[in-house]
Amino acid sequence: MSDADLSPTRSFQGLILTLQRFWAAQGCVILQPYDMEVGAGTFHPATTLRALGPKPWKAAYVQPSRRPKDGRYGENPNRLQHYYQFQVILKPNPPNLQELYLASLDAIGVDLKLHDIRFVEDDWESPTLGAWGLGWECWCDGMEVSQFTYFQQVAGFECAPVAGELTYGLERLAMYVQGVENVYDLNFNGGEGDAKVTYGDVFLQAEQEYSRHNFEAADTAMLFRQFTDAEKACRSYLEAGAPTDESGRHRMAQPAYDQCIKASHVFNLLDARGVISVTERQSYILRVRELAKACGAAWLKTESGGAAAA
Amino acid sequence: MPDLLLELLSEEIPARMQRRAAEDLRKLVTDALVERGFLYEGAKAFATPRRLALHVAGLPARGEAVREERRGPRVGAPDAAVQGFLKSAGLASLDQATTITDPKKGEFYLAVIERPGRETLDVLAEILPGIIKNFPWPKSMRWGAASAQPGSLRWVRPLQSIVATFGPETENPEIVPFSVDGITAGTTTRGHRFLAPEPFEVRRFDDYVQALERAHVILDTDRRKDIILHDARDLAFARGLDLVEDDGLLEEVAGLVEWPVVLMGSFEERFLEIPAEAIRATIRANQKCFVLRKSGTEELAPAFLLVSNLVASDGGAAITAGNERVVRARLSDARFFFETDKATGLEDRLPKLDTIVFHEKLGTQGERIARIAALAKEIAPLVGADPALAERVARLAKADLVTEMVGEFPELQGLMGRKYAALQGEHPSVAAAIEEHYKPVGPSDRVPTDPVSIAVALADKLDTLVGFWAIDEKPTGSKDPFALRRAALGVIRLVNEQGLRLRLNLLTSLALIKVQLDRFGEVSNDQAQALSDSLKQFGVTDLDAQADVIHHAVEKAGIDVSEELTKKINNDVYTICLSLLSFFADRLKVYLRDQGARHDLIDAVFALPGQDDLLLVVRRVEALGAFLGTDDGKNLLAGYKRAANILRIEEKKDGRAYGAAPDAARAAAGQPEERSLAEALDAARAEASAAVAAEDFSGAMRALSRLRAPVDAFFETVTVNADDPALRENRLLLLNALRAATREVADFSRIEG
Repeated sequence: MSDADLSPTRSFQGLILTLQRFWAAQGCVILQPYDMEVGAGTFHPATTLRALGPKPWKAAYVQPSRRPKDGRYGENPNRLQHYYQFQVILKPNPPNLQELYLASLDAIGVDLKLHDIRFVEDDWESPTLGAWGLGWECWCDGMEVSQFTYFQQVAGFECAPVAGELTYGLERLAMYVQGVENVYDLNFNGGEGDAKVTYGDVFLQAEQEYSRHNFEAADTAMLFRQFTDAEKACRSYLEAGAPTDESGRHRMAQPAYDQCIKASHVFNLLDARGVISVTERQSYILRVRELAKACGAAWLKTESGGAAAA
Repeated sequence: MPDLLLELLSEEIPARMQRRAAEDLRKLVTDALVERGFLYEGAKAFATPRRLALHVAGLPARGEAVREERRGPRVGAPDAAVQGFLKSAGLASLDQATTITDPKKGEFYLAVIERPGRETLDVLAEILPGIIKNFPWPKSMRWGAASAQPGSLRWVRPLQSIVATFGPETENPEIVPFSVDGITAGTTTRGHRFLAPEPFEVRRFDDYVQALERAHVILDTDRRKDIILHDARDLAFARGLDLVEDDGLLEEVAGLVEWPVVLMGSFEERFLEIPAEAIRATIRANQKCFVLRKSGTEELAPAFLLVSNLVASDGGAAITAGNERVVRARLSDARFFFETDKATGLEDRLPKLDTIVFHEKLGTQGERIARIAALAKEIAPLVGADPALAERVARLAKADLVTEMVGEFPELQGLMGRKYAALQGEHPSVAAAIEEHYKPVGPSDRVPTDPVSIAVALADKLDTLVGFWAIDEKPTGSKDPFALRRAALGVIRLVNEQGLRLRLNLLTSLALIKVQLDRFGEVSNDQAQALSDSLKQFGVTDLDAQADVIHHAVEKAGIDVSEELTKKINNDVYTICLSLLSFFADRLKVYLRDQGARHDLIDAVFALPGQDDLLLVVRRVEALGAFLGTDDGKNLLAGYKRAANILRIEEKKDGRAYGAAPDAARAAAGQPEERSLAEALDAARAEASAAVAAEDFSGAMRALSRLRAPVDAFFETVTVNADDPALRENRLLLLNALRAATREVADFSRIEG
């Protein structure tokens, strides 16, 4: 593979590598995906938990995101139940975050003299995370390619200072810069001929299998149990890690938060299976939010959460 | 005179907030100036996606000097009083005060305080920070390092810089010296984000507007709208197409660009298989683009207009291609929704509606549909519709709510139902009524004419009204979350504009019984139907009586409703339907007022018992209005008022009501005018009553108009308060007979003037 094959306009992985280099140059730590199923890059503790508390933080990472309901058995050229987000979080947000974002588009081959970039109002809210922020959908020639959010609240706590969050929809951006109409036609590795691996080669079968699983097969009895188990585990870890000495520090915020993530994903699966009624739906969302809030409160009592040692 | 220029440059402001924010800025600044005594000649505010700007013209350079006299204590008063006076007047010693002599009370100290007029610049520097800090954005945020501290500046999106200058046209204006949370006002701004990113200096409004234009920013929203509209029309015309104009969209896109550039894109002809409304909805909602029609037709063209914010180096080719690609993907989605939806019959969607809660206290959509279907079937014969068709429509009318297309574009509800119904071969009336049952939406929407549509439209609205009345969720003040005023207006317009004769109380109580049985009863559909049938057989529409017959109707229908529930429904029918009727009366007033009718006449008609036939109410109000426009009418009203006044005074004096009929023999024995009034009253009342019974309200008014001469003659010559008590009593009863005669057509006491 030559460097040209890894150009952001020729390969999906080239796009990812370019964004990683760009944000690394801005002082971000480049993390790897969180090793749990999540609905969006925001759930990664590097965003949710690190957005809380006074400590500065800069990170960027790819996060596979699972939206069981968006499965289309591999038949829709634009919709996937598993896709990649590229997530950037900068706390506090630098004053030139918009300019940095535009420079990142330039870096991946979007010529700002040719393309119409727009910041269109889109206020972000995650009911399950008890989080909200103001910002935009970023449009490139009428297509939403990123979300740009100034976090105001996470896990029910005010963000002080505010973090800026950027979420790039990687498949969409790649389709745009590669000029491809169907996500499965994306060139994944930049190779040509026999050496070419497409997005479809990597993920089409998975989309078909997981669509079947999400809509038809996922064991709902088991999932209901798992939801309750995760909820219980989250609470018990929070209790077990509660401050015991004069330092006042919480000692198990992150393992507890894992269980919150788990509950959230299990809920999404149950929702996709259509076994949660409209009224119940709200109460499940509330239950996850309560866990998120409790984890956020615990995090704020940790060192990384900014709690001073007593 | 000097001008103020203020610009607040920020990151992108939501389009929907811009116009209001500009107006708020203008009002807040000018109000604060006026409050401090600074008048101005004119003020105008502007908004673009990135800036709010304000120009206040013709301010004075400084405020007027103020001279104030403050009276102090008496000369020789205790020292404490004197010290207090000096302190409050800001004087160092008594030397700085003068004295005045009050002829009665003696000599007093007087402080003359002269304050020079304040520099306008200073006042602006004092006013502006507070306005910026407390700006009434619908939603605002904190940002950056400053947000670590509580109380940091909030703005709609991060505020980047402030321009604030003040000064006369002929000189270099001065910077208004202030800063807010570390942002210091100056003279530097920026132009278009991509076309002119370099900062530049501005001095005053005139050069500001020009400098912005050079930097590819058109400050005035209305100018941007004009440019977009004209360019859009021209581009369309050049291709033989018509622009489908859309004011809401135009306003929004004008708030998304500082330098509008209109471009045309196209899509494949094959997408035109998708219903035109769905194409428009997706292109509008998701892409904020305009659709086009083939010139002179109603048919959509396979093209759209987009408004970009960039003069691109390739003339917009890449932008157009990009937008086309997104539009194509969206239309593919829409077509997928359409095809998917077609695969499932509307009927097969009903079970899904059983699982969707309409309102926590009013059950599921499925239950609601069953109520509306039963009610529509009952209303159908009253409006000349086939009951079976009406029931069919009502069963299917909400099914499209669970289609993919309506899930994606809620504004297509009804319309998609119609399309899908036609495609599955429903009766044309059924298909049409599925769309029309929502109508009329608002005061200018079309009123359906097909009887089937009318029956279901009425049933839908009445079920909603009665339901929310039953759970006490009535509109209050400006709050009407369930659009109940609109529903009531819909009923009124249907009745009036289609000339429908309906007893509203019967309809609302039929609807109410269904709602309450759903909420509290364990009754089958058949049983509920039997109850409605037997209730209708009684044919009673007087509410008092109606409440009673429900009891019998329950028995007669042979259904198992507890005594307690029957009582409750009896009671509810009385209170809820009556309350709803007065709501209808209020809405009718608004409706007729818009058409020029007097609200007091509507009151005068509703004050009569049993007025629940809205069409007759309207006709009666019209006849009454026409009658009161004539001399006969005016005089009779004057005569009535005179009679009513006399009665009121005498009834109070005597402590009794003169409510009985006059004695004919006694009247005949009295003065000739007395006799002829008595005769005229008998005749007029009988005639008016017969005319009202025949619904001939003009005839009833004519009958009353014959009273004018005898009433006038009576008051001219007859002394009501005669010395003879029997004579007096009978004359008062005559006046009461006049009062009673007018009540055949309306309660004249409610009429003003």
